[in-house]
Amino acid sequence: MLAKIVIVGAGPAGIRAAEVLAGAGLQPVVLDEARQPGGQIYRQPPPGAERDAFTLYGSEAGKARNIHAAFGRLGKSVDYRPDTLVWNCSSNALNILHKGRQGIVPYDRLLIATGAFDRVIPFPGWTLPGVFTLGGAQIALKAQGVSIGKRVALIGAGPLLPLVASQYLEAGADVAAVLDVTPFGAKIRALRGMLAVPEYARRGLSLLLKLKKFGVPTAYDVRAIEVTGNWHVDGLKWRDGAGRWHRIACDAVAASFGLKPEMQLADLAGCATYFDEATRQWLPSLQAGGRSSVPDVYLAGDCAAIGGADVAELTGKRAAYSVLRDLGIGFAADELKGIETTLARHTRLRKALDAAYPFPTHLIDAMSDSLTLCRCEGVTVGELRASYVKTSAPDVNRLKAFTRVGMGRCQGRVCGAMAAEILAGQSGASLPDVGRLRGQHPIKPIPMVV
Amino acid sequence: MISESPQFHRLAERSGEQLVITVDNRDVAVRQGDLIITAVLLHQKAIRRFEFGDGFRAGYCLMAACQDCWVSLGDGRRVRACDTIVEPGMEVRTGIFNANGKTENC
Ligand code: FES
Repeated sequence: MLAKIVIVGAGPAGIRAAEVLAGAGLQPVVLDEARQPGGQIYRQPPPGAERDAFTLYGSEAGKARNIHAAFGRLGKSVDYRPDTLVWNCSSNALNILHKGRQGIVPYDRLLIATGAFDRVIPFPGWTLPGVFTLGGAQIALKAQGVSIGKRVALIGAGPLLPLVASQYLEAGADVAAVLDVTPFGAKIRALRGMLAVPEYARRGLSLLLKLKKFGVPTAYDVRAIEVTGNWHVDGLKWRDGAGRWHRIACDAVAASFGLKPEMQLADLAGCATYFDEATRQWLPSLQAGGRSSVPDVYLAGDCAAIGGADVAELTGKRAAYSVLRDLGIGFAADELKGIETTLARHTRLRKALDAAYPFPTHLIDAMSDSLTLCRCEGVTVGELRASYVKTSAPDVNRLKAFTRVGMGRCQGRVCGAMAAEILAGQSGASLPDVGRLRGQHPIKPIPMVV
Repeated sequence: MISESPQFHRLAERSGEQLVITVDNRDVAVRQGDLIITAVLLHQKAIRRFEFGDGFRAGYCLMAACQDCWVSLGDGRRVRACDTIVEPGMEVRTGIFNANGKTENC
């Protein structure tokens, strides 16, 4: 009998993995939470909201078309199940929810390609209507052709910032300011490393030139941000590197500070993680070829390590080849060799990008007691700090029981990393020692089964 | 005003045909292919009340991750507004209006 292979996620990683496995005649199951393949980056608008590829994906239109076409060509050689949420994983089976109905999908090999989520740092006003993540702002434009506001301020600490800014400008949005909370000098110093992938360096540069051409106010090394407004956003205050405050009028703000892997499913599958000092976050431990610490479980794309869409295509294929190898199925090794070489260059690029956009810990140090930390249930930074004194357990999973942080509807996806930062700051323990909120089922809210 | 001015703005005209849904019993013109969050925020600035304190919410991540955008539908379903597409005649209930059809103080 054929091994049953299940891929979770149909972004660039999941699609390329499916292609390799289908090519070997294995008919993988592809479980996709979205209604159409593409993932977030190559997300397709729903029927009725279609627009041409260039308007949607800009410079990446060709890649988007290729990915969609590649998946389309697979046809019945994959078992594609859109609109399917995977909410638990135990003993080689996934619990799924499709159109309100529960189901179980067993697997012999599991390939997780669940992508990434924006890294969030709370700041005053971040829960007001009109504040979104950068990823959210991009989806509004890509999937719906709308801007998140009439006049939008964009704030970030990663390559997503200039990308979203240029997409908004090209689409005709009014961008009030583009604020990078990391220093400009860091980018200059990282330039050499970025040349490891010349095409990427070129694209980055052209984005910056585009921002210049549009004449949008841009600042680096932003030290503090504060969204103002009583019931919704009416402006933004920010402090520059020299300590001066600036004020802009805007009715929407998109802010997030890099990306983090969506690891909940990998957690439930038992995959080990490690603390990555360079990016100050937990990542899944990867073995050669995209294997996880658990035999039978493979990781690809941004959920394995943040690398972007091009890397996701490559790691998707690589993980699929590892599956073939582990099943003892032969394949021509030339493509895999090429993939490894290209990935090595991308690893150098990623190091440079991590250095160009250091995680902005100054925004964490600035968090005051009254700030909302958990946007699900309104728990404040101060409440979390106070609860540490009470329990004196510098373990973020124990703290959770006392404060409910991480027990809201988002399961700590938004606030978990910041809860750990606050606990580390309060207790003097190191961030890795404080631990992290582990993924729990259900990964996302599901209707109660009676 | 939370209830009267739009949060989202359409930048791209597109093909989808026009449909009517209701948001808190008001008729609202939307287009086929709109997500509920789009449909609502093209007409007002919030999608729900914050149930643990003052204020309103308008979603946050738009990718079905943060769970900030749950609304009720006329048929009793509770859904995420950012990953549910509008259907003709859909009745969306945000709960942001009080019994007099007003939002207080804003
Ligand atoms: S806006 Fe985050 S889940 Fe809908």
